[in-house]
Amino acid sequence: MLVLAVDSATNAAGAAVVSEEGILGEFFLNTEKTHSEKLMPLIDQLLRDTGLDLQDIGGIAVSIGPGSFTGLRIGLAAVKGLALFLDKPVVGIPSLDGLARNISPVSGLLCPVIYARRDEVYSALYIHTAGGIERISHYMAVSPRRLVSLLENLDNKEVIFIGDGLDIFPQDLRDSLGPGCNIAGREHRLTRASTIGFLGLEKLKAGKKDNLDDLVPFYIRASAAETRWKSNEKKA
Amino acid sequence: MKKGEKVILALETSCDETSAAVVSNGSKILANVVSSQIRIHQRYGGVVPEIASRKHMENINYVVKEALEQAQCGPEDLDAVAVTYGPGLVGALLVGLSFAKAAAYALNIPLIGVNHLAAHIYSGFLVEKEVGFPIVSLVVSGGHTNIIHMPRHGHFEVLGQTRDDAAGEVLDKIARAMGLKYPGGPEIEKLAQKGDPERFEFPRAWLGNSYDFSFSGLKSSVLNFLHNAEQRGEEISPRDAAAGFQEAIFEVLIHKTTGAAVEKRVDTVMLVGGVAANKRLRSNLKEKLMRRGIRLIVPPIELCTDNAAMVGCAAHYQYLEGRFSDLTLNAIPNLGFGG
Ligand SMILES: [Zn+2]
Repeated sequence: MLVLAVDSATNAAGAAVVSEEGILGEFFLNTEKTHSEKLMPLIDQLLRDTGLDLQDIGGIAVSIGPGSFTGLRIGLAAVKGLALFLDKPVVGIPSLDGLARNISPVSGLLCPVIYARRDEVYSALYIHTAGGIERISHYMAVSPRRLVSLLENLDNKEVIFIGDGLDIFPQDLRDSLGPGCNIAGREHRLTRASTIGFLGLEKLKAGKKDNLDDLVPFYIRASAAETRWKSNEKKA
Repeated sequence: MKKGEKVILALETSCDETSAAVVSNGSKILANVVSSQIRIHQRYGGVVPEIASRKHMENINYVVKEALEQAQCGPEDLDAVAVTYGPGLVGALLVGLSFAKAAAYALNIPLIGVNHLAAHIYSGFLVEKEVGFPIVSLVVSGGHTNIIHMPRHGHFEVLGQTRDDAAGEVLDKIARAMGLKYPGGPEIEKLAQKGDPERFEFPRAWLGNSYDFSFSGLKSSVLNFLHNAEQRGEEISPRDAAAGFQEAIFEVLIHKTTGAAVEKRVDTVMLVGGVAANKRLRSNLKEKLMRRGIRLIVPPIELCTDNAAMVGCAAHYQYLEGRFSDLTLNAIPNLGFGG
C-alpha cells in the first residue's frame, strides 16, 4: 500500500510516500518559509517526481501533534481537504511516536522532546520491544526539571533524548543525568514524514483509520484563554 | 447543474464563522452553510483567536459536506474552489486556506484566493447582479470600517478607513463596559431602539475632509461617562446612553459615506458587513442618500455577517478574469487592496 505522509508538527515541513518496500520519495524542508507556503507545493512536487497520481495513494498519514498549533492545523486542514475529495482513509500519528521511531532499536528509554514554549517540552517515554516501539508514559507537556526527576525515579538508567526540546534544558540539568544519558544526532531532531508514514502504514494495514470529520490536532494543552477561564470558574 | 454554469465551492474562516457555500455564476446561492462560534466566544467577551482556529478545524468538514449536500452537488460539478486569504485572524484564515488549497489540488480545479473586504462588497452583488458602476461601499463590521470606491469589477479604491478601532469593535467594547453580552452591536441596538439619541451628546471625530474614521476618542469618552456615573452613584438610562453613542458612530459613518458617494458621482451605495444589520443605520443612510437621488443596497442580514456565499460571488468575477491563485498562496492577516 502506498501511503502519503504529511508532517508539519515542527519547523520543518515534510511529505513522503512510503510503502511496505520502503521510502518511495521524501521531501524535508526546514527553511524560514511558512508551512502554508511550503506544504502543498511539496506534496505536488513529490507526486510529480514519484510519477504518482493522487488516486494511486492508498491512505494518508498525518502527524497530529503535539507541536506548533498553527503548523499542525495547516497539515491537518490540508489532509482534510485532500482526503474528503479523494475518499481515502486517514490516520493521525502522534508526532512524539514519530520522533521516538527515528531511532533504531536500543536497550534504553527513548525520550522524544519537542519544544513547547513556556519553558516546557512535549514528551513521552518509549521502549523498544519485539513489535516495535511501545509508549510507557502519558503524553505530557512538562518542564525539563520535572521530566528529569521523572526519569530519575525510573529503574532504567539509559535514556536517549531525541528532539529540539533538549535545547531548553539547562546545562546543570543535563549534567545531573549522568553517563546514561545520550543525545540523538542532529539528523533525528525533527519529525520526519517518512517515519510518520511507516507508523501510518502499520495502522492502516491493521485496519485502523480515524474519523476524518472529527480528527483534530493533538494539542495536549488547552488554549491559554480556556485555561484562564477554567481557573476563574474554580475561584468563583 | 445546468450546462455552462460556473459552480464555485467557497470557504470563509477569517474570524469566528466557519462557512462553506456553493455559488453558481456568482449569483445563485445553492448553499450557504455558516457555523457560528459566537456562543463559544461569548464567555470570553470577544473572539479568542486560538479557540477560533480550533473550532474551524472541528467544523470544516461538516460545513463543506453540508454545503455540497444542500447544493446537491458532487465534486465533479465544481469548477473552482474559492477561499478568503485575508484580512482576518491568521490562524483562523490558515484552516480554510489550507483546506481549500488541498481541495482544489485534489479536484484538479483552479484555486481562487479572495480578499475578505472585497467579498463583503460582493454580498451586494448577490442581491443585485446588474449594478451600474461606479459604486461606493461602506464595509462596517467588528473588524472593518472602510469606504471603498469601485469603478468596475475587481477594482477597489479605499477612500477611507479607521485609524484605530473598527465601528463594530467599539460597539462591542462599550457593550462590555455596560455589562452586555458579546457581540455588543445587536445588544446596543435593542437598547437604543427605546432610547433618546439626543439625551447624551458624545463626540464625533470628523477628521476634516478625510473619509477616514477614528473611534478611539468616542470610546474613551463613553467609558469615562459610564465610569463617572458609577462613581457618583448616578443611575443613567442605559437606553439613552446606548442610543446616544450609537448615534455618534452612525452619524459619522453616514455623513462620510454620503460625501464619498456624491464626490464619486455614483448611483448606488452598498452597505455591507455585520454592522449593516442595524436597522437605524440602514434607514438613516438610505434616507440621506435618497435625498441625493442615490439608492442604497443592503443585503439581508445573513449575507452581511461573515459567510462564504459572498466569497463565492467575488470569486466568480475573478474566475471570469482568470485571476487564479497557486499552491503557495498564504494567509495575509492585514491584507489590503494593493494592486
Ligand atoms: Zn467580515
